[in-house]
Amino acid sequence: MADTAHGIGGLKYDPKKRAKPPELNVFFALVLIVVTFEVLGWLIYGQSFLFNTRDNVDAIFNWARINIIILQVSIIGIIALGVTQVIISGGIDLSSGSIVGATAMIVMSFAQTAMVNGNPNPKAIFGEWAMDLPVLVPILVGLVCGLIAGMINGLLIAYTKIPPFIATLGMMVSARGLSKWWSNGNPISFPTESFAAIGKGMMPVAIFVALAILFHLVLKFTVYGKHTYAIGSNEDAARMSGIKVARHKVLVYSIAGTLAAVAAIVLSSKNLTAQAGMGVMYELDAIAMTVIGGVSLAGGRGSIIGTVLGALIFGVIISGFTFLRLDAYYQEMVKGAIIVGAVVLDQWRQGRAQLRS
Amino acid sequence: MSDVILETRGLTKHYGGVHALEGADFTLSRGEHVAIMGDNGAGKSTFVRQITGVEQRTRGEIIFDGKPVHFGGPLEAREAGIETVFQTLALADDLDVPDNLFLGRERTKWDWLGPFRVLDYKAMREATLAGLEKTAVKIPNIRNTIRNMSGGQRQCVAIARTATFHSKLTIMDEPTAALGVQETAQVENIIRNLKEAGEPLILISHNMRQVMDLVDRIVVFRRGRIVANLKKEETDGQDVVAYITGAKTQAEYEGAA
Repeated sequence: MADTAHGIGGLKYDPKKRAKPPELNVFFALVLIVVTFEVLGWLIYGQSFLFNTRDNVDAIFNWARINIIILQVSIIGIIALGVTQVIISGGIDLSSGSIVGATAMIVMSFAQTAMVNGNPNPKAIFGEWAMDLPVLVPILVGLVCGLIAGMINGLLIAYTKIPPFIATLGMMVSARGLSKWWSNGNPISFPTESFAAIGKGMMPVAIFVALAILFHLVLKFTVYGKHTYAIGSNEDAARMSGIKVARHKVLVYSIAGTLAAVAAIVLSSKNLTAQAGMGVMYELDAIAMTVIGGVSLAGGRGSIIGTVLGALIFGVIISGFTFLRLDAYYQEMVKGAIIVGAVVLDQWRQGRAQLRS
Repeated sequence: MSDVILETRGLTKHYGGVHALEGADFTLSRGEHVAIMGDNGAGKSTFVRQITGVEQRTRGEIIFDGKPVHFGGPLEAREAGIETVFQTLALADDLDVPDNLFLGRERTKWDWLGPFRVLDYKAMREATLAGLEKTAVKIPNIRNTIRNMSGGQRQCVAIARTATFHSKLTIMDEPTAALGVQETAQVENIIRNLKEAGEPLILISHNMRQVMDLVDRIVVFRRGRIVANLKKEETDGQDVVAYITGAKTQAEYEGAA
């Protein structure tokens, strides 16, 4: 049915005045930040941020930089897709970085190759039986690990009614402990060739984009998505409407855990090694991408498109700082400020919406 | 098919030592509009919560549409055909009108996908429009989120669920308590439309004028018990107030109070 200019009961409204999608603001912010770096680049160094200025390369854009921007956010971006769903449902997930660490260790143990340059694998964790397994084995083991960790989060939150902050904080500490205990703190390395192919080149980007499209569709067009928004928007209303809130929350956190595991698989494959310290602070970066992308920490609002844009903003800022040759320390300080700023902006928008109604 | 749509026999609810509802015998005929009145804490909302399955009763029987029923939750009551507009609006602010109307019972396609079955937005929009037309609810744009609506429009959305789902019984718990004059009039119009359509209604209200305008019969609760059952033609505002405050109790309920 096409939208008409006449509403129900003879009331009129202007279809042109329909609320703009909030992602538009995030997109403008992205453009603004890119333009800022472009201008600063020309002013300070006489260089372009995103455009190709070398004569020997035939391209409009500086693809090398653009690829790096996308590549460096895609792995944390995969985590952010899960975190987005958790936050829309009114929760929070602090455990994703640790789940990445623990899952990476376990996955790599099943992805090792027996012979390295003609010598036995020096980092072997298990015996012969775990060497040169088909690539499907480590992938499945990893996904199941993430699923279980997420499910534990969900079960704790849904059935003991403890705040998501506490439940996932516990998982954050425990999963990090597990990743250290797994190999007594030693790194696990030398995966099979087929496992190493998962994170090669631009593969992380492809996986991120595919998952983003999948979960965009899931949130927009399925009952799961609708109930996720409903629970975040008004949990009591959702319960009274007959939505099985507890069960749904377990599902949301399980999906978030599984997505963290996907990130772990891609990351350990890309790095060709797994270490106990992998994924430290990733949870905060993922939450930052989500919040920058316009997902409300109060729940009920936001989208995957917003989070993808938020991830891009995140990548552009990091890349831009490197481009301007600023210290990594500055990057972290500014990152913190941006996260706080995004939340303040969200609160402010919400306040304005309350005033209008 | 009997003439009675809802009957309760000895319906009782205790919260620990508090006897919130004690031995309520109540009947409602098809097409009848009944008001439930009483002071705060008289047991009105408790009575409704037992019928709609929000809480589980301590004792007593509920016979709905000729059959004894035990609703495990509000959704079961809703599926059986009891539609409730709660005092606290059960709406999700960030969703639009069709989403809210169909919350928890979405029209879907590809049901084999389980929780990931696909929403049939088109069917839900069309059913929403039909439901809103039927109740003459005025909402400029059904794609608007509830957050951007006035109190009256929100209440109308909550009430429009009734019309959309062809319920057998509508229960409204103080539907106009928070509304302005115009918005109240709109809600009252919807109630009149329900009456014309022959749909039975239980209305909880503190508003004497509204009750006298809209319903056929008034049941008064006091301290967890029914103390009066009054036909509108045989009573007036003062009389009802006397029952509410405890100045009077009908003879057949004498032992109870």
